[in-house]
Amino acid sequence: MMTPLATFPKGGVHPKENKDLSNALPIETMPDPSKVSLFLKQHVGTPCQVAVPHRPDPRSDHAIDDNLLFSSEHPGALFRLLVDKKDRVKQGDRIGEIGDRLGAVLHASVGGAVLGVKNILHYQVGKAPAIVIRTDPEAVAPIRMPVDWRHFSREQIQERIAAAGIVGLGGAGFPTDVKLDVKPGVKLDTLILNGAECEPYITCDHRVMVEKAREIIEGAKILLTVLGITYCAIGVENNKPDAIAALNEAIDRADSTDGFKIEVKPLAVKYPQGSADQIMQSITGRVRPSGQRSSSIGIIVQNVYTTKMVYDAVVLDKPLTERVITVTGRAIARPANLRVKIGTHISEIADYLGGTTADLCKVVVGGPMMGFAVSDLDMPITKTTPGILFMNHAEVDARAHGPCIRCGFCLDACPMGLEPNNIGIYVEAGRGAETEPFGLMDDCFECGSCAYVCPAKRPLVQFIRLARLEIDQARKLKEIREQKRKAG
Amino acid sequence: MATKRSPISQQSCDGVDGHHLLVSVSPHLKADITVSRIMWTVVVCLMPPLILSIFVFGFQTLIITAVSVASCLATEAISQKLLGRPVTIKDGSAVITGLLLAYVIPPGVPLWMPVFGAVMAIFVTKIIMGGLGFNIFNPALIGRAFLVATYPVAMTTAWLAPIRNVAIFRTMGAGVDAVSSATPLYVLKHYGMAAVKEQFGSGTSIYTDFFIGFRPGCIGETSALLLLVGGLYLIYRGYIRWHIPVSIIATVALLTWIFDGERIFTGDPLLAVLSGGVMLGAFFMATDYVTSPTQRNGQVVFGIGVGALTVLIRLKGGYPEGVCYAILLMNPLTPALDQWFKPKRFSQGAVQ
Ligand code: SF4
Ligand code: SF4
Repeated sequence: MMTPLATFPKGGVHPKENKDLSNALPIETMPDPSKVSLFLKQHVGTPCQVAVPHRPDPRSDHAIDDNLLFSSEHPGALFRLLVDKKDRVKQGDRIGEIGDRLGAVLHASVGGAVLGVKNILHYQVGKAPAIVIRTDPEAVAPIRMPVDWRHFSREQIQERIAAAGIVGLGGAGFPTDVKLDVKPGVKLDTLILNGAECEPYITCDHRVMVEKAREIIEGAKILLTVLGITYCAIGVENNKPDAIAALNEAIDRADSTDGFKIEVKPLAVKYPQGSADQIMQSITGRVRPSGQRSSSIGIIVQNVYTTKMVYDAVVLDKPLTERVITVTGRAIARPANLRVKIGTHISEIADYLGGTTADLCKVVVGGPMMGFAVSDLDMPITKTTPGILFMNHAEVDARAHGPCIRCGFCLDACPMGLEPNNIGIYVEAGRGAETEPFGLMDDCFECGSCAYVCPAKRPLVQFIRLARLEIDQARKLKEIREQKRKAG
Repeated sequence: MATKRSPISQQSCDGVDGHHLLVSVSPHLKADITVSRIMWTVVVCLMPPLILSIFVFGFQTLIITAVSVASCLATEAISQKLLGRPVTIKDGSAVITGLLLAYVIPPGVPLWMPVFGAVMAIFVTKIIMGGLGFNIFNPALIGRAFLVATYPVAMTTAWLAPIRNVAIFRTMGAGVDAVSSATPLYVLKHYGMAAVKEQFGSGTSIYTDFFIGFRPGCIGETSALLLLVGGLYLIYRGYIRWHIPVSIIATVALLTWIFDGERIFTGDPLLAVLSGGVMLGAFFMATDYVTSPTQRNGQVVFGIGVGALTVLIRLKGGYPEGVCYAILLMNPLTPALDQWFKPKRFSQGAVQ
């Protein structure tokens, strides 16, 4: 008798995986692009402060936009410019510093000439300031020798992680060192490495697990050391048997006398298995109370690929300047799991892979369930970009939506127990501001399960976003009225 | 309601090389399922009872059904045109209403009756309320209720006796050769169980006849077997859940067993479930998405309500049959049931 695979009890959907386009393709390294654009904000928190030596390049019309120096859009982000004689950076040079608040440092992902800080198209937020570097083809990457991390103190490890600018690579981009800096008094017992990779099409974590299992296990030990605990569970969806095997083998080979207990937990294939709340519940049965951190139930979740980067940072002293992304879909000439420099423009990636097919219909940055459709390919990837999806007409369902037929499918699909159907009906009736009691502000993480199953093709995630905007506006309006009332 | 375009989705922009790239909000994958696929599947599941009814009652049933469906489609198309709304007859929902309306009227009624019923079902119950998704009552049942209210005699007496194997040949070319009959529930109500057995068979043959569909009744309600097959297929596909049908059938069986005899606990639960419109109502009418609760526990309460009201009407009401009114009485409670039984929020299960 087989025991059923661990999974979360409520909601979830099973979209067609489409991972076979790329899951057998070994990670391939793309040569340095002609330029990179590094957003000052690639993490949760406030944007970096520019810390890069710069002199305007006379041959280029790229210049520092003075308006960006004191941005009102990003309060707290004072873009400090260190004017220096040279305008060149080496690969791995720090070019962005943390301000006085939550953030992550930024490094030059290529060696070359800094062209300035420009407003660059961002796939999530419209335009955002980025440091643009033109690659010098002659520049050589520094050589990094491994050291034995066991000699380091916890603080030294933390420092190395912070210095590498590592953020959660799974999506949100929370600075890793901050997450590991657990407040005294918080009792932890479990580290979960998230290798679910439940988004269809995306295979970058899968390939990293297959090819870098040893580093991940070593990285897990580093994380356990920092957290001061001994148990780590690696959750992997069961559609990646080779990754599970590779990790198990790496665990067997690793030194088992150091008191750490690391095990792989195969999970049922169900979206959104890789969401932090769901993977915690799948593996430990514990549920995070609304509005609280996962550490409140004794768990820290890290993405497997982030763990590999922690290994690189601590053992090789290597900053986060490149990552593996999955470039896939039926409209790209050649799908690949590609190691690219952070800040590489999508257009260059597409060119490197032979361009797109004639029936390209939609380009999505990120996975198909939570990614962002873009209309312009001249925009860079960031630390948190897991992939780029080039979809052809057959892959895209662009049918117009109809009224809600109250089938309840979305209610069954929502892993958070929300009522997307009602939120949609309110928003369509122009009453989005009244949807706060439906709990969308705290609990909806826009996984898209509800919209995926809706037979009426209702854009439920979009309705939820609009509802959030309307609730925000209503709150602000209320505040202003209160203030006026108090003042008058 | 009109099919609306959402405010910011589905605009296409200039992409690479003059391509238009589609930009819309996530998710970028959608399940294959569509409203019309669900509806047309229901239509297919409703076909076997119709085909059997042609064999049992004659071609008359096919003609009534065709008129009903055509009138529903015409009513929907014309009223949507007049109101300037997009015409949505292709989604299959009006076809279902037409089928169900025909299925709950006696096979011997004059042909203009389904036309009148269709106008009431589609225009009054659905279109005026805002269209698919906005109606409070099941349209087909309102259509029937109107017909019973306005033409009670025809709606309660135009029954045909079932004829094994021969009806289809008899009526071919020769016009309707109706043999009138009373329904089992009518006989039961007025003459008691003994009379039912006398008229419709004794021993196990009455159960098999009722199960297969050899009994007088409305066009589509007589064959418990074929309705069950269709209903189970819908459950298997995940289009409906078992909660409403099972709770209705169980409640009708249980309450009939308790209260339907001279003394308590002597009723015939099996016959109660096989007669009248219990199977049709339980699988195809009470499960209508729009007019039934969305949550499982709400659906069970809804089903128990339908079952209990059915038995109450059968025992105490003026009509021998109660399923239609029971469903209509429960329909408007749906919003309240959805208020009471909400999905369990994720963090409600949280242990502190
Ligand atoms: S997008 Fe939000 S409402 Fe929809 S299923 Fe996911 S969590 Fe639930
Ligand atoms: S899945 Fe779509 S049609 Fe069904 S209840 Fe939810 S919003 Fe309505």
